[in-house]
Amino acid sequence: MPKIIYVDHEGTERPIEAKNGETVMETAIKNSIPGIDADCGGACACATCHVYVDEAFMGKVGESEEMEQSMLDFAENVQPNSRLSCQIQITDELDGLKVTTPESQH
Amino acid sequence: MDLSRAERVVVIGGGQAGAQAIQSLRQFGYEGAITLIGEETALPYQRPPLSKAYMKGELGEDRLYFKHAAWYEDNNVETLLSQRVEAIDRSAREVRFEHGGHLAYDALIIATGSRPRALPIEGVELKNVFDLRGLSDVEHIQPKMIEGQRLVIVGAGYIGLEAAAVARQLGLEVTVLEMAERVLARVTSPVISEFYERLHTDKGVDIRLGARLSSLKGEGGKVSHAVLADGEQIAADMVLAGIGIVPNIELAAEAGLPCKDGIIVDDDARTSDPRIFAAGDCTVRPLNHYARSGRLESVHNAIEQGKLAAAAIMNKPRPNIDCPWFWSDQYDVKLQIAGLSQGHDEVVVRGDKSANKFAAFYLKAGRLIAVDAVNSPPEFIASKKLIMSGAHVAPDRLSDTTISMKEIAADAA
Repeated sequence: MPKIIYVDHEGTERPIEAKNGETVMETAIKNSIPGIDADCGGACACATCHVYVDEAFMGKVGESEEMEQSMLDFAENVQPNSRLSCQIQITDELDGLKVTTPESQH
Repeated sequence: MDLSRAERVVVIGGGQAGAQAIQSLRQFGYEGAITLIGEETALPYQRPPLSKAYMKGELGEDRLYFKHAAWYEDNNVETLLSQRVEAIDRSAREVRFEHGGHLAYDALIIATGSRPRALPIEGVELKNVFDLRGLSDVEHIQPKMIEGQRLVIVGAGYIGLEAAAVARQLGLEVTVLEMAERVLARVTSPVISEFYERLHTDKGVDIRLGARLSSLKGEGGKVSHAVLADGEQIAADMVLAGIGIVPNIELAAEAGLPCKDGIIVDDDARTSDPRIFAAGDCTVRPLNHYARSGRLESVHNAIEQGKLAAAAIMNKPRPNIDCPWFWSDQYDVKLQIAGLSQGHDEVVVRGDKSANKFAAFYLKAGRLIAVDAVNSPPEFIASKKLIMSGAHVAPDRLSDTTISMKEIAADAA
């Protein structure tokens, strides 16, 4: 099982054993990771699961689609490595992925 | 009233609102006992995918659940499933179960949700006539979602149209019966109704507007035809009713809590009893951006009120109150709705309807009060901010696609 490491805005790391096929957002919600709200449950409708992806994994998490891009455009504190975690599906390749949550999702 | 040291919080209802309240209580540091009472056999799960990806078979059941079973144990949340509460005894501060026994509470959250409105016609008891509300409904419907089967959907609301989209994509023959003269008549404007009518018609759905269903006819106990008031009979292997929901307010009303079309709550999701809160579909709440109260049937509302109730119990600052928002997925078209359009005096369309990418803005006295955004997330997100700020927005700027929504939002701020 791939391990995903959630880092909060203060730098605290929470490693989680994730399941292939679930998204980075779902894994966070099921494990009560603070800092990811995911109000719409993964429908790419709310932009409250914003995370910063560790640069080393940017090539592995895939490209964001247009819908996600335009949602992110309006999120707060967006960076080049910003993604909506509901749009990142977990695979073995993502073992060790570090994502950092922003201070606030709203 | 300080309830943060309450010994036990009881939550009636295991839907989105109840699940959120529990999660937020623990997040806000509540250390006492929590008991969740649910009528269904399943732990709390997401309902929106039931008429979308889950119904289509694209999303596994395990992905519907908010939390793994272990989470409830780890967080010391007692779950009483397949249990019905028969009454709330406010003077004894306890709930009574239908099958006997009672449970004391210090704080109570009523998150009883809503139930599908029953078809008021003859033949509803026939086999293969379904509602679409819970996981168990989909368990019955899904095996019959087979290519070539004839499905009649009653009601062209969101549930009916989402189910129609799934069924068409799976190759069923779909007829939608709608009493009103347009689809989505209760929830949106003619411009959006026309768009969705065309979308479904292009995909091969037979949409019948102004159609009055008079009865369902059966053969051997199974539904065989939908009979219209004008005598026409439409052959059906399966009938799906989606004619709206009824809030489950009975427990609250019988306990003497003030109700209208829902359990009346304040900005903290608190009822007239300081120990009792209500959250989700079953409430009538202040609609802060609209200077009135109303009932919202949405995920946003369930989550927000779940959080509000938990925060009030824990004496935490009140969480942000968002403007109402909704979404609907049909085929490859995502509709995102912000605000409530009732009472608008102007509709402005931006974008290209024929490209399935446009938005309808609703204004009242020059202020934006709602948007229906079709495959247009920037219009949706920017409008949420504009609606909450109450800013004046120029209609000719909204319709001008050379001006980005970011600019429009920034200018109005």
